[in-house]
Amino acid sequence: MSEELFKRMAQSVIDGDVEAAGEVAQEALDLGQDPLEAINKGFSAGMDVVGELYSSGEYFLPDLILGGEAMKAALAVLEPALLATGQERKVLGTVVLGSVKGDIHEIGKALVGSMLAANGFKVFDLGIDIEAEQFVAKAREVNADIVALSALLTTTMLRQREVIEHLAEAGLRERVKVMVGGCPVTQAWADTIGAEGYAEDAAGAVTVARRLVAA
Amino acid sequence: MLRPKLKFLTDATVDRVIEEAYSLLLDPGVRVHYDEALDLLAEAGADVDRASRVARIPRALVEKALETAPSSFYLYDLDGNPKVHYGGDDVHYDPGSAAIEIADYGAKESRVPVTADCENYVRLAEMLPQIDAVATSIVCGDVPQAMSDWYRLYLLLLYARKPIVTGTFAIETYAIMHELLVAVAGSPAALAAKPRAVFDVCPSPPLLWSDITCANLIDCARTGVPAELVSMPLMGATGPATVIGSAVQHCAECLSGVTIHQLAKAGSPIVWGGSPASFDMRTGTTPMGAMATMMLDCTYAQVGKSIKPGGLPTHAYLGMSDTKIVDAQTGLESASGAILGALAGVNMMSGPGMLDFESCFSLEKLVIDSEIVGMAKRLVKGVDDSEEPLALTVMREVGHAGNFLKSTHTRRNFRREDYIPTGVIDRDFRQTWFDKGALDAPARAHRRVQELIAAYEPLALAPELVRELETIATRHARTYGLDKLPGLSAR
Repeated sequence: MSEELFKRMAQSVIDGDVEAAGEVAQEALDLGQDPLEAINKGFSAGMDVVGELYSSGEYFLPDLILGGEAMKAALAVLEPALLATGQERKVLGTVVLGSVKGDIHEIGKALVGSMLAANGFKVFDLGIDIEAEQFVAKAREVNADIVALSALLTTTMLRQREVIEHLAEAGLRERVKVMVGGCPVTQAWADTIGAEGYAEDAAGAVTVARRLVAA
Repeated sequence: MLRPKLKFLTDATVDRVIEEAYSLLLDPGVRVHYDEALDLLAEAGADVDRASRVARIPRALVEKALETAPSSFYLYDLDGNPKVHYGGDDVHYDPGSAAIEIADYGAKESRVPVTADCENYVRLAEMLPQIDAVATSIVCGDVPQAMSDWYRLYLLLLYARKPIVTGTFAIETYAIMHELLVAVAGSPAALAAKPRAVFDVCPSPPLLWSDITCANLIDCARTGVPAELVSMPLMGATGPATVIGSAVQHCAECLSGVTIHQLAKAGSPIVWGGSPASFDMRTGTTPMGAMATMMLDCTYAQVGKSIKPGGLPTHAYLGMSDTKIVDAQTGLESASGAILGALAGVNMMSGPGMLDFESCFSLEKLVIDSEIVGMAKRLVKGVDDSEEPLALTVMREVGHAGNFLKSTHTRRNFRREDYIPTGVIDRDFRQTWFDKGALDAPARAHRRVQELIAAYEPLALAPELVRELETIATRHARTYGLDKLPGLSAR
């Protein structure tokens, strides 16, 4: 595959250009290129640049999020082709994410999801107001490594414990780690309910998730 | 006399904001996670899709609600005196609400506050004349979390004479808080006639109404207790990235809130308020001290004043800082917000005392902020030009002798012509300052915190009333698994 094509792939992510990312991914497939190589040498390389620019203070959250969206658009095109070849994208782990029942707050959880996806996790974002049973079912279905629970309110925070209890009842607690976050959530609360991971922001969530899948 | 007034928008732009807000109420509409609110909207003619919980609200319905919503009302103190006038360009301040942390003087780390902290906070807020109302600012960590909303109000009712700004954390606790307020007022009708408290109700951006918020809104309306809409688009995160765009979203959220509220009970008082913020695109935090945050507050207040003839009462979270300790940034952010909001004529500004994105309370900050409030209130009184002649008489009387201190004109005017601060504001000669211990602002504030708490005099509440409040609180606490309330210090 031409270096020029890799560069355009990376650039689409660096620019956060969702449309261009999908197009160049399709172009690569049309040219008969290997989808795994396109991901690793093209789009992921772009994501690395985005991460570096964010760390150095040149890029901000919208740049990071849109970079992630561009990456997602490319993967939507490439992953079916990848599956057809019998290969699999290497991911650090699979995360099921959502705001707990009664909590309709989107943004904090969405940030965590984008950051995790940008850093090599496969993320299933269930959305807001999610029942404990839905977390359990999805975790089982996708063989999740981590279930990540968001709660913005002191009232809904209590539901994080319920999800952990449901995971235990379903017999999933041995292999599924739980991360909790949100405004009122603290390390002390995470310890109280037996969640393995807590971070106060999205960047911290990536560090915690990495630790949890390494363990 | 000219009242200094800050307006960011032309009348034409205000109209554009309102027009777009009305459009948003039709497309995409608001999503309402509470059946009773959806019922009210549907019965009144809104187009409600039960599956998606989306209500599309026609303009005529909103305009009818605006007609019945009062342009002004009063909050009353314990003795039944009208103390806070929500309306016109009158400005008032209350401490920021619902801190789950407290910053002790000198400590770098915050901690979870307990009952004793809340008691001291109320004593202090009562003793600060610049602060017009108290708020349920401290969430006590020594009672079960699920009862911590009404427990704060219980403590305030035992210690405060001032009006109260409060709110619930749950649907069912409104009834308990109402019961406590009624115990003090004498009857539900007496409470509605002279409301002691206003309840914050928070729509979720963008254009979402949670079950708790809807239930509280409807309960407030039906009991005649004022509700304060706290709409909070976060610029670029949960709302448009522009000040004007988020003002449109704020307007649409408030219009839908006023509509649900007035459908529940036409004529009940409601406030056009909010706690929006800019969004820090490095950290993902919601800076209350950002300039765009304050500009958005002033902008939506202007819209609220224009939303109907006479406007609606207004509120904003202003006078806050994002620092973790009380330092120079604390002062600059808090003063900017308090002063800009005063110039915009925001009726109630909630924020004094609050640090760390509205989550951490500092008694020292409350004391410093009270000085800011004193200055801001002076500012909006403007320059008094009522004397005739303006200066000729006194100038000729003093002549070239140059000593105006001897003039009766000075004695007559100086007290009201400038805000006279307490010792928290340093105006000493250097040697005096040094001899007094060379204290910085937080240290001076800390000293005043201790003095004022010590000087607080307990309320002379009837013993039967205190017993009744205790009985109500104890009875409800048991349902939360707490057999005995935390002990109180001598009142």
